Amino acid sequence: MNPDKPSSPHRRGFLCAAATFTALLLAGSSTRAAGIVVRDARGIDVAIADPSRIVAIGGAITEILHDLGLDDRIVGVDTTSTFPASVLRDKPNVGYMRQLSPEGVLGLHPSLILAMQGAGPRETMDVLEAAKVPMVLVPETFSEQGILDKIAIVGHTLGLDARAACLTRKVGDDLEQLRKLRAAIAKPVRVMFVMSLLNGRAMTAGKNTAANEIIRLAGAVNAIDQYDGYKPINDEAIVAAQPDVVLSIERGKDTLQANAIYAHPAFAMTAVARNKTFIAMDGLYLLGFGPRTASAARDLAIRLYPNLAAATPAASTHFDCDK
Amino acid sequence: MTAATSDARAQSTTIGRPLRPTAATALGVLAVVLGVISIFALTIGAAGIPLNRLGAALGITAGDATNALLARDHLVLWSIRIPRIAAAAAVGGLLATAGALMQGLFRNPLADPSLVGVASGGAFAAVATIVLIDSRFGEGLRFMQTELLPLGAFAGSLATTLVLYGIASRSGKTSVSLFLLAGLAIAAIANAGIGLLVFVADDRQLRDITFWLLGSLSGATWSKVTAALPVLLIGVAVALAIARGLDMMILGESEAFHGGVNVERLKRITIVLISAMTGAAVSICGVVSFVGIIVPHLLRLMIGPGHRLLLPASMLLGAALVVVADTLARTIVAPAEMPIGILTAAIGAPFFLVILLRQRTLIGP
Repeated sequence: MNPDKPSSPHRRGFLCAAATFTALLLAGSSTRAAGIVVRDARGIDVAIADPSRIVAIGGAITEILHDLGLDDRIVGVDTTSTFPASVLRDKPNVGYMRQLSPEGVLGLHPSLILAMQGAGPRETMDVLEAAKVPMVLVPETFSEQGILDKIAIVGHTLGLDARAACLTRKVGDDLEQLRKLRAAIAKPVRVMFVMSLLNGRAMTAGKNTAANEIIRLAGAVNAIDQYDGYKPINDEAIVAAQPDVVLSIERGKDTLQANAIYAHPAFAMTAVARNKTFIAMDGLYLLGFGPRTASAARDLAIRLYPNLAAATPAASTHFDCDK
Repeated sequence: MTAATSDARAQSTTIGRPLRPTAATALGVLAVVLGVISIFALTIGAAGIPLNRLGAALGITAGDATNALLARDHLVLWSIRIPRIAAAAAVGGLLATAGALMQGLFRNPLADPSLVGVASGGAFAAVATIVLIDSRFGEGLRFMQTELLPLGAFAGSLATTLVLYGIASRSGKTSVSLFLLAGLAIAAIANAGIGLLVFVADDRQLRDITFWLLGSLSGATWSKVTAALPVLLIGVAVALAIARGLDMMILGESEAFHGGVNVERLKRITIVLISAMTGAAVSICGVVSFVGIIVPHLLRLMIGPGHRLLLPASMLLGAALVVVADTLARTIVAPAEMPIGILTAAIGAPFFLVILLRQRTLIGP
């Protein structure tokens, strides 16, 4: 399902070139038809007639629309769309992306639905399809190329291939900077991503997860490589995995999460508790795989390797590709 | 554990029935089984402590005190593996004894704390804390978020029992069948509530809820064990004190009353015991189904229905079953964890069926 494996750090500039190429290809194909036709994640060719009222489902899609200067066209978002908060404060919310209700979405009279692959439930998606509102499912791939593809497909859907190419170029530059930063890391640290700690049970990220990929992008190693997805982990396996750092997503303002990790009998035996290395970051920023992912990975890398901070310029968090 | 233990008295009085071991033999055998299983459970785990280091790591035999590996093994054993085995045994004992009590009280072999809503009420409270702690309602409680879930589960079980008891009691008398039926309704309400919370939960909370509802002993600590142990010991002691009354209840409530049993007090005590024991188990490990129904049944087939033996035997066999299931849960998919509820059913149910098939002529048409 995922042909875009993360490319090797040696192929410099490859991502940029690939992104531009994708954008050009898409731009070329669109001139043939009268309107715009997009092949989405389902492999369906969707004809776009009027991209003026958009329901955006998925935080990364909303961010891309914002970076393309299309805030005004968004008539509704889902609960995972949390950035930028100033823009989204007044937008109607259709609920959580996997628990959508068809009436909530259709009630906003969208002329286009841009949804992340994995939006659901299936019954709702079937109703939305039957309602004949053009719906583009954007492929979700946790990789550098996946981010560039998302931008290209959103840009193409809206007939803004040039702006999208500008954005992919900038994001590609950031990812390139990040690659240079990773090359300077001598000894990668072992990071364990803890999704939750419930009654002493840790749920951690294995392979094929957004967390696994962001850890790799930040120049670290996922301490868990024996299973796929997010699963509850054995306490003894936490000790055996020898994590140097625990990474998690922020929940509220308190620091109790860190203390709960340090007090946990298994984490207490690792370097995490000894060196107090719990890190929590915003969920969408860290795991969204949108335009800000390079910046999130860089922030993480600098917290993991503080001596790298001086050596590298900051990645962009705001992209000015709205002209 | 075999029924073939020689016992002249049983032989002479139960012609055509299976031979039953004496109380001392049965409890002795079960205790040995539990001991052997626990020692076996001690030797395996994801941290991979080799057998030749186990003695030293336990602190029994002398070892090189400066060895860093040995120090780690010692910690893994004493702060992760041993408390977890102890918690598994406690949970198994609690659930099986509560199940035996409930079946005795209702004179119904299908009664189980998870059936009458006591476990469902606890699960609902636990799921509510998972979801609401992240909302603005939960802000004031976040300072105690690690303790909130087990406390919530325990309180939920107790509250459900109180409501049920209130429904089933009228003018000082408790209707057992009303308790059972109302329990089914309460379980349905609790499950609807869980469904509603699942609906509003986000991805992370959904995963937490799913794994909570399937049960797991991961995260067991000494503090949880020491909290559950008094409930187990006091519970079993009280249960033994009312065992004779429960035996009389088998004949019927009025027969028990005429036999000199304070029936209403017996019912009240039993209900409190069941809810406290189930609540303690649910607060440690979530919902572990099937232990409460399978263990007492197995034992009734092997040692007979007398509660004075059935209750402590249930505690021992329940403990053994859950220790086995949990040992599998923490090792077969290591480094991940298998939910234990799957394993108790997968181990217990076929075993139960085999016993039923072998003895179905004895149970009657």
